[in-house]
Amino acid sequence: MISYAFRRVLSAIPIVFLTITVCFFILRLAPGGPFDGERALPVNVLKNLRAHYNLDQPILTQFFLYVGGVLRGDFGPSMVMEDFTVSRLLSIGLPFTLMLGFTAFIVGTIAGLVAGALAAVNQNRWPDYLLVFVVLIPLIIPNFLMANLAQLIFGVYLGWLPVGGYRAGSYINLVMPILILAMPHGARVARLVRGSMIEVLGTNYIRTARSKGLGAALILTRHAIKPALLPVVSYLGPGLSYLLTGSLVVEQIFALPGIGKYFITAALNRDYGLVLGTTILYVFIILALNLIVDVLYAWLDPKVRLN
Amino acid sequence: MKQVLSVQNMSVTFALHNSEVHAVREMNFDLAEGETLAVVGESGSGKSQAFLAIMGLLARNGRTGGRAMMGDVNLIGMATDQLDRYRGKDIAMIFQDPMTSLNPSLKIKTQLSEVLVKHRGFDKAKATNTAIEMLERVGIPEPAKRANAYPHQLSGGMRQRVMIAMALLCQPKILIADEPTTALDVTVQAQMLDLFKTLTDDFGTSLVLITHDLGVVAGVADRMMVMYGGRAVEKGGVDDLFYDPRHPYTLGLLHSTPHIAKRAARLDPIQGLPPSLEHLPKGCSFNPRCAFAFDRCLIERPPLTDAGSGREKACFYEGPMAYGKVA
Ligand SMILES: Nc1ncnc2c1ncn2[C@@H]1O[C@H](COP(=O)(O)OP(=O)(O)OP(=O)(O)O)[C@@H](O)[C@H]1O
Ligand SMILES: [Mg+2]
Repeated sequence: MISYAFRRVLSAIPIVFLTITVCFFILRLAPGGPFDGERALPVNVLKNLRAHYNLDQPILTQFFLYVGGVLRGDFGPSMVMEDFTVSRLLSIGLPFTLMLGFTAFIVGTIAGLVAGALAAVNQNRWPDYLLVFVVLIPLIIPNFLMANLAQLIFGVYLGWLPVGGYRAGSYINLVMPILILAMPHGARVARLVRGSMIEVLGTNYIRTARSKGLGAALILTRHAIKPALLPVVSYLGPGLSYLLTGSLVVEQIFALPGIGKYFITAALNRDYGLVLGTTILYVFIILALNLIVDVLYAWLDPKVRLN
Repeated sequence: MKQVLSVQNMSVTFALHNSEVHAVREMNFDLAEGETLAVVGESGSGKSQAFLAIMGLLARNGRTGGRAMMGDVNLIGMATDQLDRYRGKDIAMIFQDPMTSLNPSLKIKTQLSEVLVKHRGFDKAKATNTAIEMLERVGIPEPAKRANAYPHQLSGGMRQRVMIAMALLCQPKILIADEPTTALDVTVQAQMLDLFKTLTDDFGTSLVLITHDLGVVAGVADRMMVMYGGRAVEKGGVDDLFYDPRHPYTLGLLHSTPHIAKRAARLDPIQGLPPSLEHLPKGCSFNPRCAFAFDRCLIERPPLTDAGSGREKACFYEGPMAYGKVA
């Protein structure tokens, strides 16, 4: 088990390196640069700036300088927000983004599990039909549209919830963004759980469990949940990554202080260092999540665990 | 002799989109204490559905009629939570496919001990110990170690032994074994049948052995019930039916069983296919495949009637039936 986890970590290294490489060069290929503003800078100022950030070096040299920095844990300075290092900016925004993403993840996963299991147990009866229909809504309507609609309805017309913004402790401001983020995730989980639960409930081993007179509750909790969760668990890793990336947009819409704000501004401003830093961080998070999911999977499925 | 199960006029019907399938009709039989009843018939004759119905395990579209009396409780139409007081305790079932009948995500000991916790009120430790003893009893080497294994770590034969152990944990009055050996290789089959015989004798359990292999029936069963197209067509003692079959279908079955047919010097399978339950022929369901059929068989369905010495048959033909003269 431990050596399995270790091998997974090793195999992640080339992925990280590849991402850095691809992102680095794609960013440089995009037209414009960090110092192209409304007003053109004087030539010698620009020259000094470029020299300061090593942008006058050949691109390969820049690449190796950057990778060397990253290896030492230094993501470099932000090129647009002077006086800030990339690490500093990320450490300001990241905790908020993670908090938002994980809360939405937990809310969505639990709601999806319960709804999916209920639908499966009541297959082809009204709770099932209801769920199958309701779940389609967040899957069809994109996040940003949903967010705007929610702001309009619950924020403006009904006035139940604040439209946006956040100050430490004002959790009411997070209700809408979290629900908006959680809904499509919960919907996908519910569909997966419903499908796999229906399949599991029709298996021979559930019939065996029924023949033992165990009772519906025990059959569901002990015999059906674990195998029914397998396909769901393999979705949770990618699911959480969607959530964290979706969070970038939602943060923007609700004017929340996560890294979403920096990331989008950074991309627009060609703030090479900040975009790369955020991307690398995301890659790390996603790889870590996938690792956790694989370990969880092994726990659920003894066949994987023991081979 | 004391009857542990008495099935009366039982029927099983499946609802389809706009029709019905009658998988079992007018089934009647008694099962005596300690007795082994073999239920034989071709694929699709309704063997499994009849007994799944008694266990309350039919698919959602299935309906059961009639009665299945275990002492003075009728298992048919009973609410699930009430049925759960008997299933696994007084009446247990072993299924056709040992490879898929155990839960792949739970340890063997969990799947065994839960039965004792539920029906005997044992605590976990005691239940596990009893489960391990039972594993030993069904011939599993190193039972304590195997108890900690997951199903995929055991061979098919081992898994079927686990299923047997599981079904016998509460020493049930009735054990239904649905083709318990079909999925296993021949050498293991014989061992498994021995095991059934010994254990059910020890516990005084009555055994229903569902099979389409008459070879399996020979050494194990006391009585047998032959099914065709959802109905019993002949019933009686195993020896009587083997040496003196009265229904042409029983004769045909005997003929298609290799080591029994040896006496007839050739293997002679029954011609034609089992009937579709949705389009049973008029008259006797077996008539299109029967070498002895005459006019009456095409119009009227022969009822199951007493044929003397504890036998019953559903056939109008009364003449001699020689080996070799099957359709
Ligand atoms: N859920 C269902 N809906 C409709 N028909 C069904 C259903 N389940 C079983 N049947 C039908 O019931 C009939 C009897 O099936 P059963 O499983 O009892 O056969 P069997 O005698 O056990 O055969 P085998 O030797 O192949 O196990 C079959 O024709 C089958 O198609
Ligand atoms: Mg069957």
